[in-house]
Amino acid sequence: MNHLRPDPDALLEKLQQEDARQRRGRLKIFFGGCAGVGKTFAMLSAAHARLQEGEDVLVGVIETHGRRDTELRLQGLPQLPLKSLNYRDKTLYEFDLDAALARRPGLLLVDELAHSNAEGSRHPKRWQDVEELCSAGIDVYTTLNVQHLESLNDVVGQITGIRVAETVPDKVFDLADEVTLVDLPPEELLQRLQDGKVYMAQQADRARKHFFRKGNLIALREMALRRTADRVDAQMREYRSDQSIQPVWQAHERILVGLGPGPEAEQLVRTAARLAISMKAEWLAAYVETPALQTLGHAQRQAIVDNLRLAQTLGATTTATLSGDAVSQVLLDYARSRNVSRLVVGKPRRSLFMRLLVPSVTDQLAKEASDIDLHVVVRQPPQRHKPAPQHSLHLAANAHLTGLKKRGYLWALAISATTSVIAGMLLQYFELSNVIMLYLLGVMLISIRYGRGPGILASILSVSAFDFFFVPPKLSFTVSDTQYLLTFGIMLSVALVISNLTSSLRYQAVIANYRERRSLALYEIGKELASTMTTRHIVDVSVHHIASLFQSRAAILLPDADDKLQLPEADHSHGHTLIDIDPGIAQWTYDHQEHAGLGTNTLPSSPILYVPLKAPMRTRGVLAIVPENQAAVFLPEQRQLLDTFAAQIALALERKHYVEVARDALISMESERLRNSLLSAISHDLRTPLTSLLGMADQLRHAGDADPKRQTALDTLYDQAFRMQQLVVNLLDMARLQAGSVQLNSQWQLLEEVLGSALRAMQPVSQQHRILVALPADLPLLQFDAVLLERVFCNLIDNACKYSPPDTTIHISARVHQEEVWITVADEGQGLPAGMETQIFQKFARGQAESSKPGVGLGLSICKAIIQAHGGELWAEDTPPHGTRFIFSLPLGQPPAPPLAEDSPA
Amino acid sequence: MTSTATVILIEDELQIQRFVQAALEEAGFTVYSTDSGKQGVIDCGTRKPDAVILDLGLPDMDGIDVIRQIRSWSHVPVIVLSARTQEAQKVSALDAGADDYLTKPFGTAELLARIRAQLRRQSRAGTATQESIFTIGNIQVDLANREVRRGDALVSLTPIEFRLLAALIRYAGRVVTQRQLLKEVWGPSHIESGHYVRIYMGHLRHKLEADPAQPRYLLTETGVGYRLLTDAD
Repeated sequence: MNHLRPDPDALLEKLQQEDARQRRGRLKIFFGGCAGVGKTFAMLSAAHARLQEGEDVLVGVIETHGRRDTELRLQGLPQLPLKSLNYRDKTLYEFDLDAALARRPGLLLVDELAHSNAEGSRHPKRWQDVEELCSAGIDVYTTLNVQHLESLNDVVGQITGIRVAETVPDKVFDLADEVTLVDLPPEELLQRLQDGKVYMAQQADRARKHFFRKGNLIALREMALRRTADRVDAQMREYRSDQSIQPVWQAHERILVGLGPGPEAEQLVRTAARLAISMKAEWLAAYVETPALQTLGHAQRQAIVDNLRLAQTLGATTTATLSGDAVSQVLLDYARSRNVSRLVVGKPRRSLFMRLLVPSVTDQLAKEASDIDLHVVVRQPPQRHKPAPQHSLHLAANAHLTGLKKRGYLWALAISATTSVIAGMLLQYFELSNVIMLYLLGVMLISIRYGRGPGILASILSVSAFDFFFVPPKLSFTVSDTQYLLTFGIMLSVALVISNLTSSLRYQAVIANYRERRSLALYEIGKELASTMTTRHIVDVSVHHIASLFQSRAAILLPDADDKLQLPEADHSHGHTLIDIDPGIAQWTYDHQEHAGLGTNTLPSSPILYVPLKAPMRTRGVLAIVPENQAAVFLPEQRQLLDTFAAQIALALERKHYVEVARDALISMESERLRNSLLSAISHDLRTPLTSLLGMADQLRHAGDADPKRQTALDTLYDQAFRMQQLVVNLLDMARLQAGSVQLNSQWQLLEEVLGSALRAMQPVSQQHRILVALPADLPLLQFDAVLLERVFCNLIDNACKYSPPDTTIHISARVHQEEVWITVADEGQGLPAGMETQIFQKFARGQAESSKPGVGLGLSICKAIIQAHGGELWAEDTPPHGTRFIFSLPLGQPPAPPLAEDSPA
Repeated sequence: MTSTATVILIEDELQIQRFVQAALEEAGFTVYSTDSGKQGVIDCGTRKPDAVILDLGLPDMDGIDVIRQIRSWSHVPVIVLSARTQEAQKVSALDAGADDYLTKPFGTAELLARIRAQLRRQSRAGTATQESIFTIGNIQVDLANREVRRGDALVSLTPIEFRLLAALIRYAGRVVTQRQLLKEVWGPSHIESGHYVRIYMGHLRHKLEADPAQPRYLLTETGVGYRLLTDAD
């Protein structure tokens, strides 16, 4: 039973994917075997249907190719004007992506998904435009021919003999929400072609002879049908796994394709991609760089980078550049570490002799890969013109080696001569067979020091000199004894073996040196970034390091509070100013967290590469680079280094951010502490003299004075001191509330209890008024700070007494209102002056501008602050026919369990 | 009004010390004033006071510690002086053994009334004949028979309500903190259930007070505790 239940993780993932898909616009592809089957027509018909349903349909771009019925069908659909681009004195018309994004139609028609955009557009390919449209939530209808699918591109090329340059990654096709196959039997298509419905008359003739041969059409149709069937099959399987009909995938297959430097690598990538699709497996691509491969020319290295990128566009989850000596071992180790079940490699074309001499990588793999299935792909590489050999940048060290070699040849000459002289002297004492060892020593030394070429020269020279001077007949090259041929052979082999060993060692050393330089650079930037304290410093350090290591000019753009990137200020002291930063691309990079500009898929025509600075929490900015030497940035290892740099810079910026946050918190804590101690000091200093003053006045007043005038004076003295004390209390309370230093001591309280103590405290003031309290018996416990709420009651009651004539009634009531309790204190006074309902809560505001009534008007604002601190609100309104009522709300909560009921009376 | 009782005043603010001393002396008390906690504790040992007035904000030692030291050997009534907004301080002083508190600023009349109440309670405890019938206004509580009458009518109280009322009577005239009440009525395991006391005080008020929202006897000292006001206070 158990295995039939869907895996919760898988379900969750599916839900998330569906969620993401729902926010995205839906992509529908009208898919056909070749041009002329009626894709565009079908798309337009579907669009008309949607238009009639009331959908907001817009035509982004349609290629009618002058076909009549298509043009007719286009009528009645609103169209987006094309954007004109000036390119090399020509005006090109292109689909206007920005206008479409701004217009935001419900459904957009974009013909020819495989179209390449004119230079200067945002994306080089139209499918990338479509991606962005879908991400923006716009539904898109588009058309596609089977030969434009990346993975089928080469197969179609082989069948038809025509290879198209415009391709669309399979993942776009696979991830499309809907694919509609537009099919037409080849006979009908040919008929249409003949009728001039596909191309204009003379074009049609040419087309029929080349591309539109019946055999081609059948093959293309089959491929389109099969690819669509694959998709339907995948959907079916997805449905089955969805519905738990049976577990379909027990274990995921994982495929690794090992790429070499050869031209067959591209085919290898495509084969692996097709294999992965048909097996529904995840796949990875790896390139192993051996010391020998480091010597490849720039063009070849570029081809490797291109192939890795191709792998990525074809859906490889990871592309890696590995390094090591033995390709087979490195590949296998990587494969095992990634749980790879199948390994795809190419079969190199090598001569029989070489195959016998050194086993190929494939043979070694076959021997060692016991646990991994090996797929060996044999393909004829397409003929390509050989690129002119160029020296790889990073073996600038090569130049150094070349210099060494020149000197090496001279040294070979010198050593041979010297050896001959010494040998001549030694010959008197030693056998000829021993003297030859001396030559061997010389050859060895030259090989070790100067490598292969000088080594070979030294061996030739040595053998010649030996032959000439010491082998009889002397002073001639004639060899009487054939056994010296063996000597010659051995010497040559020694020179070759040793020089090969040395050169390999030397390359290793060079590579190690480069690695060390890279890690040193990383270490240095890491160290310097760790010690930076300001953002400015981080930017300076980063820009400086990147400039020197990548031979580029660089700048860092940081976002402001609104997430808008700020252009860096021109820095005259360093001269590292990027003049041409495009704020739009930089912002795009920041928002999408993707590379953009030079060498990427987004706006590659820009001269600047924009790298997002991604830190764990969020993107911290954008790094803009103008490479002086493109290789210094775009070689795979340099790209990795650049990405690592970017991550380091981002981390430093993030650390800086959190340091600031922590410091701000510390400062606010410190100022809070200061404020509190200041407040308590002031309140103590104010209160102490007032306490003595009040106490003494009270004492004198009670002692009594015979003179009534003096008694009155004493009473007044006491009253004034009392008022003064109240004023101070109010002021201090307000200051404490405003400073936010009041900690609520919230507990579950009975409203009645607090009201009771407030009424008792206010008794001296409220003697001339009647106070009526009406609290519902079932009023629940409320959570509040009793001391503060008592203060609110005191102030409100005081206020009510102050502003209503004697012998009137003050009503205090409470009721539950939705999720709150509303408490009302109502008087029968003259009511609020019009428009003063909110002003009275301002500090130092009173109902009447000049009033004989005491009080500074702090009371109500204190009440409001207290109630707001409790999550409630305080407001005032007039009570008809006359009077004012103050109402405050307190939130109801979940009171704690009441004590257990006990019924038995005592 | 004359009295021969001895009062020790521990207060570091000279002005306050001066007027409190004057007021007390005028009322006939013998007053020993000091501005340090240490001296105050020593005075309590040597002067055999009838009451102690203690300011909680002393410069040399914590007022709470002064109370604890005095309480370790003496039952002398201690009245603390404390600022408003420092309810927590008052509660801990009361829990440490203080008998009452006064909030600054206070009137001399209020101070004298509190001292006299304490002295009266002290002398009553001295006579040791705890009456079994306690009267508050028109309420009669028969502690021995567990009967409560309001006017002529018998009031029915639950066991907990009665225990609460009895506890308040034991402390009549004094402030009892919520914590003390919880401990005496519900036991030490309910110290944190503060709302129990409030709910039962509500019950008592509804059963015994004429207007429970404006009680005459069962008073709340907001933020500190409760006080049962007797007619004598």
